[in-house]
Amino acid sequence: MAETKSLVTENVWRVLRRFTAARIGLGRAGISLPTQELLKFQLAHAQARDAVYFPLDVQRLVGVLRESPAALPGNSPLLLKSQAENRLTYLQRPDLGRALAQESVQHLASYQAPGQEAPVVAIVIVDGLSSTAIQNNAEPMVTRLLQDLEGESETWRLAPLTIVEQGRVAIGDEIGSCLGASLVIVLIGERPGLSSPDSLGIYLTWGPERGLSDARRNCISNVRPDGLSFEQASQRLLYLMRESRRLGISGVSLKDRTDEVVIETTANNKNFLTG
Amino acid sequence: MAKRYTYTLGASTWQFRGLADLLAKATPARSGDRLAGVIAESAEERVVAQMRLAELPLTEFLSEALIPYEQDEVTRLILDTHDKDAFAAISHLTVGDFRNWLLSDHATPESLERLRNGLTPEMVAAVSKLMRNQDLILVAKKCQVTTAFRNTIGLPGHLSTRLQPNHPTDDVSGIAASILDGLLYGNGDAVIGINPATDNVSQTIKLLSLLDDVIQKYDIPTQSCVLTHVTNTLEAIDQGAPVDLVFQSIGGTEATNSSFGFNLATLAEVRDAALSLKRGTVGNNVMYFETGQGSSLSANAHHGIDQQTCEARAYAVARRFDPLLVNTVVGFIGPEYLFDGKEIIRAGLEDHFCGKLLGLPMGCDVCYTNHAEADQNDMDNLLTLLGVAGCTFIMGIPGSDDIMLNYQTTSFHDALYARRVLDLKPAPEFEDWLVRMQIFENGGRYTPSRLLPDRFKAPLKALKRDVGDG
Repeated sequence: MAETKSLVTENVWRVLRRFTAARIGLGRAGISLPTQELLKFQLAHAQARDAVYFPLDVQRLVGVLRESPAALPGNSPLLLKSQAENRLTYLQRPDLGRALAQESVQHLASYQAPGQEAPVVAIVIVDGLSSTAIQNNAEPMVTRLLQDLEGESETWRLAPLTIVEQGRVAIGDEIGSCLGASLVIVLIGERPGLSSPDSLGIYLTWGPERGLSDARRNCISNVRPDGLSFEQASQRLLYLMRESRRLGISGVSLKDRTDEVVIETTANNKNFLTG
Repeated sequence: MAKRYTYTLGASTWQFRGLADLLAKATPARSGDRLAGVIAESAEERVVAQMRLAELPLTEFLSEALIPYEQDEVTRLILDTHDKDAFAAISHLTVGDFRNWLLSDHATPESLERLRNGLTPEMVAAVSKLMRNQDLILVAKKCQVTTAFRNTIGLPGHLSTRLQPNHPTDDVSGIAASILDGLLYGNGDAVIGINPATDNVSQTIKLLSLLDDVIQKYDIPTQSCVLTHVTNTLEAIDQGAPVDLVFQSIGGTEATNSSFGFNLATLAEVRDAALSLKRGTVGNNVMYFETGQGSSLSANAHHGIDQQTCEARAYAVARRFDPLLVNTVVGFIGPEYLFDGKEIIRAGLEDHFCGKLLGLPMGCDVCYTNHAEADQNDMDNLLTLLGVAGCTFIMGIPGSDDIMLNYQTTSFHDALYARRVLDLKPAPEFEDWLVRMQIFENGGRYTPSRLLPDRFKAPLKALKRDVGDG
């Protein structure tokens, strides 16, 4: 055992991992990556790849959403598709992922809202680049948000929930516009990182319509159990929703001031290297 | 009205709508050109376009601007700074002849250096479209570009690394941990460069001070950079921050650069400000630029020009400001621009070739995202090919995993691999430091010391005491 162990030179500074999730102090076999570390990397990459390529199991997601402790708007989510017919097309043609398929446009047009008044908010769930993010995190995020909305003093009339396959962020604007909502909230699977295959992104647009640029949207990123928690994400989102509704804007002109920290210019850079 | 180009092959005559169309159709296939709708419609059309391009006199690029002179300051820069005397050596050649010339023994490191200012990005992009990967490697290897700040970058037989200690919340201890890891694996001679998670002036100053403290305390012959917008760096300089290198992402059209929030005058102003600090010890190259195929299309600022030609035009912008380092971040942009390992590898070799031929200290972020059809093996291939081609520098990051930008690039280990298989040394001043600090126990074999070097024992010991586990 001792003999095989000596094949790998370990790094005593691996203890510094308490400061960072970066892959430091990996040690080396010769000058190369030791087998154990190589395999850990390969596993992380495999999980990220699977998150991109595994199709969203829409029926399972609908089932989970139906069991949500929060009251879902509408009876059952409306199921929609983008113009990207498959994953390969989706990855190479972001323009197609931003546009609703013709059948989905008709599906939305034929939907009859139960009430007379137009909804304020439409919540749109989009697979994006990580089905894992949506499969694992969409329901708890939606539930949290709906419960928090119930506690608001203002009324947030909700459009029915929609779920989109092969979609990009901007497809939410077309959906929000079809549903006549003032505000659209998109929950989308983010480009998976090696250590975060399940990261959910949340985008908000006031006055959604086709063709708006990114500058018109606000974003909350890295929502997942090991990142920004559902509770924190919901609080930040509620802040943006209230402000967006009050001011009638979204995007670069709407600032998220929930976590504004003042960084002193003469900041303390004390760290173990400079003492 | 753009000049039309035709080519007759057997019974059929092929038409190309203008020089931009001819260049785009002649480009090896890639997803970004397909997305832009400028790609050849068949494999045959692509080769016919290459045949037509091969017959084109190089002088054509001086009379046919891809974006009109009046509309684009990058076009004006290219044409106004073109050196006709330097061009004279090849002015009689066609694009096809130029490929032959570059591969011939007429093209030596000396003659290529004399030629640089006579070449436009379009000439270089055009000839690259006729070249195979081995041609791109062979010619790039003949180009020698040396720059300097606190060390000397780009000497033949050398490969430098940017130590990239990114952290998702810019935590100073987290950043310091990655810096130490990199230094102990012999990385960081090109630059220690952080992409800040929070991108504003006060954060920039904080991180610059951190890097300056480390470089000074350990007397490291290298330079620092915080990769923030030029206007932030300018403000940091005004506030007295220790700025070594000025960073900016640049593109090959005025509209791309406008979308990035700067123009050529901005770059000139901030470069002057950085030069006024006189922080370089062995040289005065103070700029660090990043580029990448697809940025103009992504900004909807490509004017119907293929992404590789747009990229080469960005090098005219870089060349104007005598950079220490230029980095093509080749696989970062995603599969809608470069779909798979094959396209990423080809683009990396093209960018390195074009940059070097134009006289730039060309490095490459050998990288991919998780939604691209690429993996570590593709990166090993590109790293090895670029090492053979004489690439100036690559990135170095712990275990290939950038936990802030969420993509994979070359690791500290990868750099040691390239050194060992290709016998590539770090910058000489930095290599001396590595040996002096006992970081490398065998400089010739690029082997890190088995034991922790003395100089780093104290900080780690102090740390153990602090947390009570020592």
